[in-house]
Amino acid sequence: MDDVKKANLKTASQHGIQAPLALLAELSHRCPLQCPYCSNPVQLEKKTGELSTDEWKSVIDQAVEMGMHQIHLSGGEPTVRHDLEDIVEHCTKKGLYSNLITSGVLLNPDRIRNLEKLGLEHVQLSFQDTENENADRIGGFKGGHAKKLEVAKWVRDVELPLTCNCVVHRQNIDNLENFIQMALDLDAERVEIAQVQYYGWALKNRAAFIPTPEQLDHATAIVEKARIDLKGKLVIDYVIPDYYAKHPKNCMGGWGRRFLNMNPKGEVLPCHAAETIPHLKFDNVREKSLKWIWENSEAFNLYRGTDWMPEPCKSCDRKEIDWGGCRCQAMALTGDAKNTDPACSISPLHGEIFSMAADEARRAPPEFIYRRYGVKFNSPI
Amino acid sequence: MTDILKINEQTIPKFPKHVKFRHNKARDEWVILAPERLVKLDPIAVEILQLVDGEKDVKKITNELSEKFKAPEQTILQDVMEMLQSLSDKGFIEENG
Repeated sequence: MDDVKKANLKTASQHGIQAPLALLAELSHRCPLQCPYCSNPVQLEKKTGELSTDEWKSVIDQAVEMGMHQIHLSGGEPTVRHDLEDIVEHCTKKGLYSNLITSGVLLNPDRIRNLEKLGLEHVQLSFQDTENENADRIGGFKGGHAKKLEVAKWVRDVELPLTCNCVVHRQNIDNLENFIQMALDLDAERVEIAQVQYYGWALKNRAAFIPTPEQLDHATAIVEKARIDLKGKLVIDYVIPDYYAKHPKNCMGGWGRRFLNMNPKGEVLPCHAAETIPHLKFDNVREKSLKWIWENSEAFNLYRGTDWMPEPCKSCDRKEIDWGGCRCQAMALTGDAKNTDPACSISPLHGEIFSMAADEARRAPPEFIYRRYGVKFNSPI
Repeated sequence: MTDILKINEQTIPKFPKHVKFRHNKARDEWVILAPERLVKLDPIAVEILQLVDGEKDVKKITNELSEKFKAPEQTILQDVMEMLQSLSDKGFIEENG
């Protein structure tokens, strides 16, 4: 464990941290798409290792008892699970706000109608671009975009609220206005314009995705104008690539402060990318309660609060605002999760790393390295 | 998508389908839940929102609060309209009808 003293780790309550607000539930890593910026870990979980329906129901019970407000049913692709309906029904029974985060390509009108009847409260549908050819190329799934447009309509037909999740980068950022128009045309309440974040698989493809500072400024101006023009009509959430921000993002609202993430086999993670930090050991809901894990799990307590911080974080005014930025990004780019996130402009490694990324943005984008579920494990979807 | 709502005395406010005003038992607190949004509410907001049922208009909500708290209607009307307008601008309240 490097130089971290495990024995002296403070727990959640010793840090004054209350119960988490929401649970990101990765029901499965299986997915028919092959997005080159996939946020799942490089090592995907097999179907046989996934939690059962009853195990997920127990997790939902525990989440509600702890006081959690929301559950995001995610993946991979959560609709590969045939018990998604049982899981949604259980959330409704327990009063947990349920949100389905899906690529949509496996859905049909009957299934959507049924999910709505069972109490699903919201759907987030991902879009790779606004035009068939490029969208299908990015997702690596032929016919995907046309299907998504249909799915959006089926979702609205049963009056389920819709968010369009749009991942933007140098190869579709010029369509930003079209993304916003598409969300309006699809009668979405909300659109998420999220620039690719560079961990795991996305980092392998950074040169193919990272926009130039000029592209980013242009995009930000479009979003700011649309937010004013569409106030009260469409909520626009916007995430910039933090490579170009002055301060790092306060990732997850601080490590182990507000959220938790569960992977398909029941390990509890402080964020969905935490498996990229090789020395972290995760506790599993098959062995411990969710409450015990939130309070005591070493993976959470290692980077909670500010005691673990090195300089320049330790003496920084913003240490309880940014919480040192993102541990996974620090790991990926500096080799040590404890370092200041190099997205921070006062990180000693900021200049070197981000001038490299800016160089990549100025060159022609390379071919994608696609993510294919099953190539490694040969498991059917 | 609806047009931008300007709250007035005749507006009948309601929660959009994706917005839930809910009591969290474990925490013993009222909150507004929406996709990736959580709004914690002060006691006055909770009193107002408990009267939002998609039937009462702003004037009626104001009357009831004024009686309950023995406070002048004009002051309460101001509070009610400001709070509902601010929630409406964020997409948490819409007009019934």
